[in-house]
Amino acid sequence: MRILGYKVSVTAQIGIAVVIMNVVVALFAPLMAPFDQATPVGDAWADPSADHWLGLDNVGRDILSRLIYGARMSIGLSLVITALSFLIGAIAGFAAAVAGGWMDQAMSRFVDLLLSMPTLIFAFVILSVLGSALPVLIITIAILDSTKVFRLARSVAINIVSLEFVEAARLRGEGWWWIVTREVLPNAIPPLTAEFGLRFCFTFLFIAALSFLGLGVQPPDADWGSMVKDYRDMINFGSAAPLYPAAAIAILTIGVNFVVDWMLSIHSRGQGEGA
Amino acid sequence: MSVRPEGASRSRDNSVILNVQGMRVVVRTDTGEGPVLVDDVSLQLRRGEVIGLIGESGAGKSTIGLASMGYTRRDCHIVGGSIVFGDTDLRSISADQRRALRGPKIAYIAQSAAASFNPAHTLMEQVCEASERHGVLTSAEARAAAVQLFRELDLPSPETIGSRYPHQVSGGQLQRVMAAMAMVAKPDILIFDEPTTALDVTTQVECLASFRKLIREHGTAALYITHDLAVVAQIADRIMVLKRGKMVEFGDSRQILQQPQEEYTRRLVSERVAGHSFAPGIAAGEAPILAIHHVSASYPGKPRVIDDVSLEVRKHDTVAVVGESGSGKSTLARVVTGLLPREAGDVRFDGVSLPPRLKDRVKDQLRRVQMIYQMPDVALNPQHTLLETIGRPVSFYFNRSHDEVRARVIELLRQMDLPETFITRKTSELSGGQKQRVSIARALAAEPELIICDEVTSALDQLVGEEILRLLKRLQDELGVAYLFITHDLGTVKRIANKVVVMLKGKVVASGDTASVFAPHFHPYTELLLSSVPEMRPDWLDEVLARRATGGATTAALLRAP
Repeated sequence: MRILGYKVSVTAQIGIAVVIMNVVVALFAPLMAPFDQATPVGDAWADPSADHWLGLDNVGRDILSRLIYGARMSIGLSLVITALSFLIGAIAGFAAAVAGGWMDQAMSRFVDLLLSMPTLIFAFVILSVLGSALPVLIITIAILDSTKVFRLARSVAINIVSLEFVEAARLRGEGWWWIVTREVLPNAIPPLTAEFGLRFCFTFLFIAALSFLGLGVQPPDADWGSMVKDYRDMINFGSAAPLYPAAAIAILTIGVNFVVDWMLSIHSRGQGEGA
Repeated sequence: MSVRPEGASRSRDNSVILNVQGMRVVVRTDTGEGPVLVDDVSLQLRRGEVIGLIGESGAGKSTIGLASMGYTRRDCHIVGGSIVFGDTDLRSISADQRRALRGPKIAYIAQSAAASFNPAHTLMEQVCEASERHGVLTSAEARAAAVQLFRELDLPSPETIGSRYPHQVSGGQLQRVMAAMAMVAKPDILIFDEPTTALDVTTQVECLASFRKLIREHGTAALYITHDLAVVAQIADRIMVLKRGKMVEFGDSRQILQQPQEEYTRRLVSERVAGHSFAPGIAAGEAPILAIHHVSASYPGKPRVIDDVSLEVRKHDTVAVVGESGSGKSTLARVVTGLLPREAGDVRFDGVSLPPRLKDRVKDQLRRVQMIYQMPDVALNPQHTLLETIGRPVSFYFNRSHDEVRARVIELLRQMDLPETFITRKTSELSGGQKQRVSIARALAAEPELIICDEVTSALDQLVGEEILRLLKRLQDELGVAYLFITHDLGTVKRIANKVVVMLKGKVVASGDTASVFAPHFHPYTELLLSSVPEMRPDWLDEVLARRATGGATTAALLRAP
């Protein structure tokens, strides 16, 4: 199999299939889910049946439907957060690299300050004080994540800025916005794309962790992390309920990583090829 | 014509040590079969013989060099022919057996010694490592052999230089240490891959002399790969001319240089022989466009890089700034453009003093001075199309509409002899020479009065470089633009510059019209530079060495002089 002229390895094919499946489920959740995610439809912890393939949960909701809606929440949220963190982190990182001097120092040290605090504890404090409304959750995690994007974007951009076409743009008298968006950004896309996939996974796991601890997505909305939390005790009674969302998390994470590995391998060998 | 001195210890056994027949190397990747790098090349290397492989980039000379060791770069495969070393076919033995031959039997000397040495280990450790690892020599034997080689290669203090680290010796010395590393195990074949290309001309002469002495005294066979016909003429017995992986001509060095049979070889030879005509001087009297008065500059916290430099450039002028690496010639360009603010002196453009810092200059001042760089690969944004690259200065400085920009870009492409259809191509899809033409077009798009050319031909192949020089000359005749031409290549200078400024360690040591600077009674450093440019005669190196032995100048001696 080939995509854009590049050979796609078996693992990459699996990864792409997993990602596409998850995205389709997330997009069409209301059409695919047999029941509503928040309404009880039977007895609590009812066993799997023809109507309810994965059984019912602690308040009698359909687990399969919650899993499908959960995909929407978990994936959608991670995507929004990752995109936002890249917007903030990449622009700031590029700007720091292009500006250099004290600007770069000030921005880098500020980011070091943020990085020196454990992310989970920092998120805990903010979310406890401000509450776990979705916008707060999104902005908090996006800002925390953007520090890591900043570091990568800055180091990628510093290598590009040292090239002579950037010097030529400076000599022409171009401003920093042109240099960031027109000279640096197009050349930084490949490494940043790969990083986007990885950061998506981390964000996704981070939200799951927060939800598991009760600070992420709030009930009655379904999300895979909080589902693991809600169902975890049932593993003691022989129910597989917590394993479904846990498996969903694992499969998507591994799938995305397969795709990222493939993209990185193209990037490392495809310099100057194709286009 | 003198007979070349034969080394006394040169091996009398001149049996064939390497026999390559019908070698074929192709690129093969995941995406299928790629181009053929080497196509049906055959050669027989005898003991004690040196064969020069010459050609432009993409000629396959390095690939042949590596394949002669049974080695290929990633994704390259030897698909045809035989490579027989002694009486072993390198293609029929295992990879481990081949690896055991590389180093002790066939050794390789790469272009960039700086990139080949590990900065964390001393030179001696690295020189001896391979032969000890292969179990050819004991540690003590290897060290003794290394010191002996350091002496033969004319390295300073051969007893102790091994305890230094790679950054503590100069580039030319490091290149010779690398030759010592290759020779320690007394290999049967040495493969030199452009070993002097990255060096200054004056250093190149010293290295060439050392290499030749080494090869002759040990009677080692060698393949000498280079793009410079004049260099290979000094060292090779026979020369093979290559083009796009195919052999063009193969013969005795003197025959290749004096009676080339093929058109391609003739062109290579004639480009170097020709061009000793001085560019016509332009009548003085006109006010200079660029006037640099007693300028000094340094990088923060470092000693002065340029010290009290003055020069003037008039309309139609081509002023060459020549010097070796570290002479401050590129720094001078940075000071003129404002990338490095000057510390003292004045830079005047058209009579007006330019602000020292780039960001204090107004758009029109920036427009009138443009720059062309050495490496077209990194001087053009690989993600931009030609329309964006060349069109940007037009829209940026002149605020033209989209259609006007497009028309202007097409006009410039035509001026550069590039097809109009290239306008939508990305710069990364072009060849080196085409990229350099785009760089020139981008500079001209700003309609400048002065273009600073920083080593614009040194990254290009010889014939391509010649075309670029001709193009620059033609554009000057048509547009009257002045050039400040920074270069280390005196051959180029003689051909295109009407004024020359010679720099040594940040100071101007000689300046004036090309004819007067390059005529006798020149400054000793100018003489040293001039005499170091290899000429296309096999006896040139002997003559230079003979002259120097009788009291000629060296850079080191000149630097010590007050």
